[in-house]
Amino acid sequence: MADPMRIRAQSAAGGKATVRVLMSHEMETGQRRDSAGKVIPAWFIQEVRAEHNGKQVMRAEWSPSVSKNPFLQFSVRGAKAGDKVTIHWTDNKGDKRTDEATVS
Amino acid sequence: MKPITRAAVAAAVTAAFCGVAWAQAKSAADGIAEYRKMLEDGNPAELFEAKGEDLWKKKRGPKNASLEQCDLGKGPGVVKGAFVELPRFFADTGKVQDLETRLVHCMATLQGLDSAEIAKAPFGRGEMANVTALATWVASMSRGMKFNLSQAHAEERRSYEIGKRVFFFRGGTHDFSCAACHSAEGQRIRLQDLPVLTKNPGDGIGFAAWPAYRVSNGEMWSMQLRLNDCYRQQRFPFPGFGSEITVALGTYMGVNAKGAESIAPAIKR
Repeated sequence: MADPMRIRAQSAAGGKATVRVLMSHEMETGQRRDSAGKVIPAWFIQEVRAEHNGKQVMRAEWSPSVSKNPFLQFSVRGAKAGDKVTIHWTDNKGDKRTDEATVS
Repeated sequence: MKPITRAAVAAAVTAAFCGVAWAQAKSAADGIAEYRKMLEDGNPAELFEAKGEDLWKKKRGPKNASLEQCDLGKGPGVVKGAFVELPRFFADTGKVQDLETRLVHCMATLQGLDSAEIAKAPFGRGEMANVTALATWVASMSRGMKFNLSQAHAEERRSYEIGKRVFFFRGGTHDFSCAACHSAEGQRIRLQDLPVLTKNPGDGIGFAAWPAYRVSNGEMWSMQLRLNDCYRQQRFPFPGFGSEITVALGTYMGVNAKGAESIAPAIKR
């Protein structure tokens, strides 16, 4: 089971909310070798989905070029204080993580 | 016609060079500050803080105990403000200990984990990764507070004197000491400003910035690992995790940083 995400969602001017997400993940590229010279297999977050009160507002396909412990920021139009923002990710090994935050 | 053109070109080139020089003077310091500002917003150190807090409260080890009774110097279980007063003398061990050695002590006494085994583990692996996460969380609980190390006990003053000697001790293939890089204003390694550690370097600089998340390798670095890498760069053998020398260097830097505000855990390039 992966470590939890840190999600902050703050309402901003113009009826939007700014969402900041920190994910805990190795994001191994598959290009590196270990001390024995063997290729370290790629291990990265492949799909990220964001929901606002249960409705999908964003879906992203990621590649190994995204950094370790990635940071993601986006804004959601129409999100108010008290709304729920849910983030899901799935990595290429099938590991999943879902975390939720309330817009403040 | 020709000489005039040449002169005009020369003037234009001079102007361009001045422009470049000015732009570089600006970008060297301000550009890095701008970059750090951008990174600050999503400091992955937060992930380690969360992990550390969880580890503090979780029952672990052969004794199946949490660390909530750990005394970091301000009484059992008091975490807030502990970081800015470490290293300090502990009567129960009869030694001056820094944050990490104290955490290892608590893991051994409260949870029954093998302290020698932990100290031997490479940074970022096994229980050592847990010590770093715990240190990150403990440091975060003193964010914004000012360093105020005690020098009341004779052992604390002795530790400071040892630290000072070690700081100025030259050796290794490059005849380096800590002071070679950290005792003059305006020194850099590549684009990294080197703090002057013989005095208070200012808020959130030097001792007041570690543990820190290193963006370049995606690792959380504790003060012990920071020192380990300084020694590697000096081509010195590392005195060992939690050794008297590394703790003494912490005392020296911490006492010198009196009044500096802690921003730990910070983010570094």
